[in-house]
Amino acid sequence: MSPFTVTEANPLRDAADRRLPRIAGPSGLVIFGVTGDLSRKKLMPAVYDLANRGLLPPGFSLVGFARREWAHEDFAQEVHDAVKEHARTPFREEVWQQLIQGMRFVQGTFDDDDAFERLRGTIEELDKAQGTGGNFAFYLSVPPSSFPVVIQQLKKHGLADQTSSSWRRAVIEKPFGHNLESAEELNKVVHEVFAPDQVFRIDHYLGKETVQNILALRFANTMFEPIWNRSFVDHVQITMAEDIGIGGRAGYYDGIGAARDVIQNHLLQLMALTAMEEPASFDADALAAEKTKVLGAVRLPKDLGRDTVFGQYAAGWQGGEKAVGYLQEEGIDANSKTDTYAAIRLGIDNRRWAGVPFYLRTGKRLGRRVTEIAVVFQRAPHSPFDHTATEELGKNAIVIRVQPDEGVTVRFGSKVPGTSMEIRDVSMDFAYGESFTESSPEAYERLILDVLLGDSNLFPRTEEVELSWKILDPIEEYWDQHGRPAQYPAGTWGPVEADEMLERDGRSWRRP
Amino acid sequence: MKIDLTDTTSSKINKALVQGRRAIGTPAVGMVLTLVIVTDEENAYDALKAANDASHEHPSRTLVVIKRVSRSPRDRTQSRLDAEVRVGADAGSGETVVLRLYGEVSEHAQSVVLPLLLPDAPVVVWWPVNAPLDPANDPLGALAQRRVTDTYASEQPVRELSARADTYTPGDTDLSWTRITPWRSMLAAALDQVVCEVKAVEVEGEEFNPSCELLAMWLADRLDVPVKRSLSSGPGLTAVRMDTDCGPITLDRADGSLATLSIQGQPDRGVALKRRETAELIAEELRRLDPDDTYASALRFGVERLNSGLVSAVRGAEAAEAAVAKAVQAVALAEAAVARAEESPADQGEGSAAGEADAGGADARGADAGGAGEGSPAPAKGAAVGTPAEIAAKAAAASASAKETKAQEPVTKAAAK
Repeated sequence: MSPFTVTEANPLRDAADRRLPRIAGPSGLVIFGVTGDLSRKKLMPAVYDLANRGLLPPGFSLVGFARREWAHEDFAQEVHDAVKEHARTPFREEVWQQLIQGMRFVQGTFDDDDAFERLRGTIEELDKAQGTGGNFAFYLSVPPSSFPVVIQQLKKHGLADQTSSSWRRAVIEKPFGHNLESAEELNKVVHEVFAPDQVFRIDHYLGKETVQNILALRFANTMFEPIWNRSFVDHVQITMAEDIGIGGRAGYYDGIGAARDVIQNHLLQLMALTAMEEPASFDADALAAEKTKVLGAVRLPKDLGRDTVFGQYAAGWQGGEKAVGYLQEEGIDANSKTDTYAAIRLGIDNRRWAGVPFYLRTGKRLGRRVTEIAVVFQRAPHSPFDHTATEELGKNAIVIRVQPDEGVTVRFGSKVPGTSMEIRDVSMDFAYGESFTESSPEAYERLILDVLLGDSNLFPRTEEVELSWKILDPIEEYWDQHGRPAQYPAGTWGPVEADEMLERDGRSWRRP
Repeated sequence: MKIDLTDTTSSKINKALVQGRRAIGTPAVGMVLTLVIVTDEENAYDALKAANDASHEHPSRTLVVIKRVSRSPRDRTQSRLDAEVRVGADAGSGETVVLRLYGEVSEHAQSVVLPLLLPDAPVVVWWPVNAPLDPANDPLGALAQRRVTDTYASEQPVRELSARADTYTPGDTDLSWTRITPWRSMLAAALDQVVCEVKAVEVEGEEFNPSCELLAMWLADRLDVPVKRSLSSGPGLTAVRMDTDCGPITLDRADGSLATLSIQGQPDRGVALKRRETAELIAEELRRLDPDDTYASALRFGVERLNSGLVSAVRGAEAAEAAVAKAVQAVALAEAAVARAEESPADQGEGSAAGEADAGGADARGADAGGAGEGSPAPAKGAAVGTPAEIAAKAAAASASAKETKAQEPVTKAAAK
């Protein structure tokens, strides 16, 4: 028997042994802005859920960094409360005991050199006490204006330096800039300190099971892909609607708007996954290559005034509650032109999609919270049934419901029982959401694990971010110079202008 | 909602399922598999509960096949099928049909189950207890892509492991194997962290726990080094010690929930290794329905090839003592069972010979439960591994002979070590 070296080929690992989960190697996670909402509601519970599922390495460490005057115990207590309240899996004491051993808190502000020295000390102490092996991911859950200073501090104090046997990674949240120029600026700042393959941009939509299921649906089956092209598809609608207003995020939201907040990242990513060609494999490079190709082929409408709409919610009733208009929200300038609703029509210049419009829309204070991708098919070229028989028949559609009721709906015509020939739309439903997701992981769980594993499949890359801005920038500029946002009453499906925009094309929005 | 059907047929059950779905307004459901649970009345409740919990992850149609024991010759000639159809909130996220088979039809359970399988969806058969010796050739097992047994619940777990290896057919799997997934993944993670060659391994755990043997066989199979199986008082697996050329690596779990991982030159770390509920095991089992080659390979390594190294004399002696103590206890329980069976044949069996045997069997199983409570389940059980009917027939004899044979066996086993 020849001796084997374990790291190269761990004899206990076997590709055929699919019960064994992917466990991250020795590592730790440092969260900046650990007192924020995202951290409490999503990150800490996700870390616990990962530990509970046995996916974190022994000795995994969690370091919080914030201004608050906390001792390690206060921090642990905070995490404990957050986990109890928000974790998906039941609270178990022994899992908590495992986690708490590696919990540390570092107090300080982002410009405080001493604090970053203490952070370095903490990391070195954890390497000794917990065996984290120098592998740390820095999660920047901080306002965009603080990105550069934190990144620079990490560099200055040697925290971003990886050795041959350890890694340092940066995790950043949207917004990735507010236009192409600022995105390039941000990328420059980050890449100066972290290598591009060590930077993970979180788009939590991509961590959702249903979004990953788009790839399975398209490329693991034979029945969808043959009709997934201009010969059969009439148009595609991608919708992300929220029923809430801007809440307390006035400072962040005003001046950014719905298109920058949602279309630039989530919707363009969903469009790329829906429209891209089959990747050669499912590794990160092949996926990114296909997504980049399709984003690069996006064509803007010639007349931006005709084929884009931006709007603002006005006062109204939303689901039985009275809602104030955007301009009346606290902290919003009464003359603000910020869009809370955006609808755009895009084309894709390639053989598969030429001439097929992709309608993207998003908005706040719409009818209900829903995200879906609807691929709407052409009518049958010839119908043997007379006009009255098919009067109620719409176009066939495949709808991928991303949230909240995850699943896939296929809509087609069927004969209404009775003596006369009458055909009406029916839905065939794959209830992915109702049953599977009860136990399926949260997006952040998946994404944090992928960061620790260094698996960048589900993270948009620099090129994708920059291409997305190239698509959106001309639209934003046009809106800036032409007219004011159309008003729509809160709780409706957007301004009439958006309905008219589709009517001009002889189509209509789905009511999701 | 629940629909009770007495003296019914599969087609009436199918009608009731459609009717039930219509009544609750969900005519189409996205069930992904049919889970057939073959069990006896006393284990049905727990098994069904676990399956319903697991159905939240895997929406399924669950068919519970309960073979009722006939008490008299007249009962045996009459056959009857009773069914309880549950849909909606009563059935997890799916549908449940509890089938009770009386008399002759209990020998032909596959004829009842076959029409009730979901079209074109995979079938999984799970025997919580009394799994057939050759699951793939069992009439019900033959319907399934995946056959789940549980050697932990059997009379002689370690011997049954060998039997499983002999009859292994792709698609077979065992919950004793499922139980050790967290251990296996933690051990693999431990070896990810070091560049060492493993020289020898010791797996320590309670006796009559086939998971320990399976883990030991998996390690031996993958690492190709001598693996020693040693005994402790549990619960379950208690430790794995790997001897490597850069020092020992130990995963130690004394209390059944929080373990400690020690690697030479690295700080000790606590890791959660909680013993899992049956529902979690079943959910894991249903996640993949393709043959588990790793299990096959570990199983076929063979129990008898373990312990080819030397066992420490002290530990062996301790184990022997413990085994003797357990055996004595078991004999006492078995005697009590026989005594009870002799006293009260009339209650249960109308005086016929079969009836007596049956009562004896039932009580002997009652004695098992008592034994389990005191931490020594296996030695008290009868020797037979077979169908409930066989057990019933043999039980009286078995419980009587248990005094001699069972008392001796653990001793000889321990002495052999």
